[in-house]
Amino acid sequence: MTAATAVVQPSDPGVAVRARWAVSDTLAITRRNLLVWLRVPAYIVFTVVQPVNFVLMFRYVFGGANKVPGISGGYVNFLLPGIVAQTAAFACFGTAISLAQELQKGVIDRLRSMPMARSAVLTGRLVADTGRMLITVLIVIGVGAAVGFRFQNGAGPAVLMVVLATVFGVAFAVIAAFTGLVIGDEESVQAFGLIWLFPLTFLSSAFVPIQSMPGWLQAFANNQPVTFAVDTMRALALGGPIAANFWKTVAWLAGIFIVFIPLAVRAYKRAA
Amino acid sequence: MAQSSVDSAILVEGLTKSFGEVRALRGIDLAVPRGTVLGVLGPNGAGKTTAVRILTTLLQPDSGRALVEGRDVVREAAAVRRSIGLSGQSAAIQEELTGKENLEIIGRLYHLGKTRSRSRAAELLDQFGLMDAADRQAKTYSGGMQRRLDLAASLVGNPQVLFLDEPTTGLDPRSRLGMWDIIRSLAEGGTTTLLTTQYLDEADELADEIVVIDHGLVIAAGTAEELKSRVGGDVLEFTVPDRSMMSDAVAAVVSVGESEPHADKETGVVNVGVGGRGSDALIDAVRGLDAAGVRTHGLALRRPSLDDVFLALTGHAAEENGQGPGDRRAGRGRPGSRGRPAGGRSRSNSNAATTGSKS
Repeated sequence: MTAATAVVQPSDPGVAVRARWAVSDTLAITRRNLLVWLRVPAYIVFTVVQPVNFVLMFRYVFGGANKVPGISGGYVNFLLPGIVAQTAAFACFGTAISLAQELQKGVIDRLRSMPMARSAVLTGRLVADTGRMLITVLIVIGVGAAVGFRFQNGAGPAVLMVVLATVFGVAFAVIAAFTGLVIGDEESVQAFGLIWLFPLTFLSSAFVPIQSMPGWLQAFANNQPVTFAVDTMRALALGGPIAANFWKTVAWLAGIFIVFIPLAVRAYKRAA
Repeated sequence: MAQSSVDSAILVEGLTKSFGEVRALRGIDLAVPRGTVLGVLGPNGAGKTTAVRILTTLLQPDSGRALVEGRDVVREAAAVRRSIGLSGQSAAIQEELTGKENLEIIGRLYHLGKTRSRSRAAELLDQFGLMDAADRQAKTYSGGMQRRLDLAASLVGNPQVLFLDEPTTGLDPRSRLGMWDIIRSLAEGGTTTLLTTQYLDEADELADEIVVIDHGLVIAAGTAEELKSRVGGDVLEFTVPDRSMMSDAVAAVVSVGESEPHADKETGVVNVGVGGRGSDALIDAVRGLDAAGVRTHGLALRRPSLDDVFLALTGHAAEENGQGPGDRRAGRGRPGSRGRPAGGRSRSNSNAATTGSKS
């Protein structure tokens, strides 16, 4: 055999080695993705400036009209957990678009034809995007603080709110990974993202009290996962009953992971 | 058969693959001896990319089997991936990263370690003339440079078998020649290479053996010389500047040729195989064209090119339906417009490789 010329190991690696590779490959892909993100000004604008815009717009444009009785500190305190959830959800745009681009350019073909851990393309993407999302969320909270937002419930619950927002965002990113790989075309992915993400985030308790919506809309808004997550986050930030919404959120997120992780993995394996 | 599976770096038997209604591969056989270059020649939609995708473990065949370095591409996919390199139709590089970063990350993903990844990247950048551009983002590279970087990326793991899917499609002539030089030097280094192309001169130039694929079947196989000899003798060719005279021109040379003349209405080029009649045929053609009052440019006899071979084998020219990069999606299994009627030919043999060698 000509194996002598090969730098890559000729024999099948054991389980321990493969597990190590799964981690190191994920880190390599994560690093690559973050490096790409840092090099593209448009990506930075999208992930940083846009959420800040949302905070300022909602705070000052709708802030005067929206009455939120019972919320200490007024609309800005009501708004911020909602903006954080929306920011976390919208971060998944990047996930879907990047995967579709890589598919189109043949990058995923190249990686799939290599002896690397096959899971790493997806996990590396999710880890990088989670890091990116966390940065954005923290910026949003910082800007919120500058325009009057204050946590009312102590540091522990505040941290928990950020953790919940992150897990919530990862769930959306998994859905987005699936859609990005299945649609496989950058523009279509973007258009499709707008179709499901905007209604889901806006027809929720994120920006206005649900009681202000017409009855038929309330039925939807009261029973969808974004509302459960936002209400939980709001309670963590401002105080109030948490348990019921928390468990509903956990159930939804678990459901999303159980359904969409296998779908995304399958779409990746079949990506063509 | 046992013999060939030992000596062949790539062995394919009865490979089929359909995408819904479209039968992309209808039972192809290939055997590529270690250290040689196989040129897989065919028009868009012939099944070339599908074959490459199966051989590089990206796609599962419906039936048949394929071995790369003796490993089954379905059952031993992980082992196959350790011995191959793939460079596809578009440059699969990260444009926002520098050339060096692109190759180093690939090295890390081949588990070469940090130091070895660096040195391997430097070696390849040097070998491919990209050293000066190593620290520039790949999006600033020319098309030719991007393709060279992509090819370099496919070599990071020192593959024994290299798959190049239309490595020069979309390149300008100069970059194309540069790419040829690189592929030639790799072949001299002993890398077994399977190269798909729709350019006949490319296969002629680079490949030790050529298989011609059309509609998912191997319709001929052999060396470039063997294939050319199948056309049998010389080709008489000329251009008719006045396109309205094309049919008169064809009529004037019909008796000269041993086969039906072929006329391209777009370019005004008429050619006809004249067998061994050489200069007699030339004189007859001049008389016939003169008598018919047809003016021509560049009337000459020439040795047959692979274009003539393709025409003789398939009844249509190799590049007549050049759809450009749009073919990529179709080749990846989304049947797009194939730009060409299925044709009434019935080539039912799945073992055309043997047919191809008798000339």
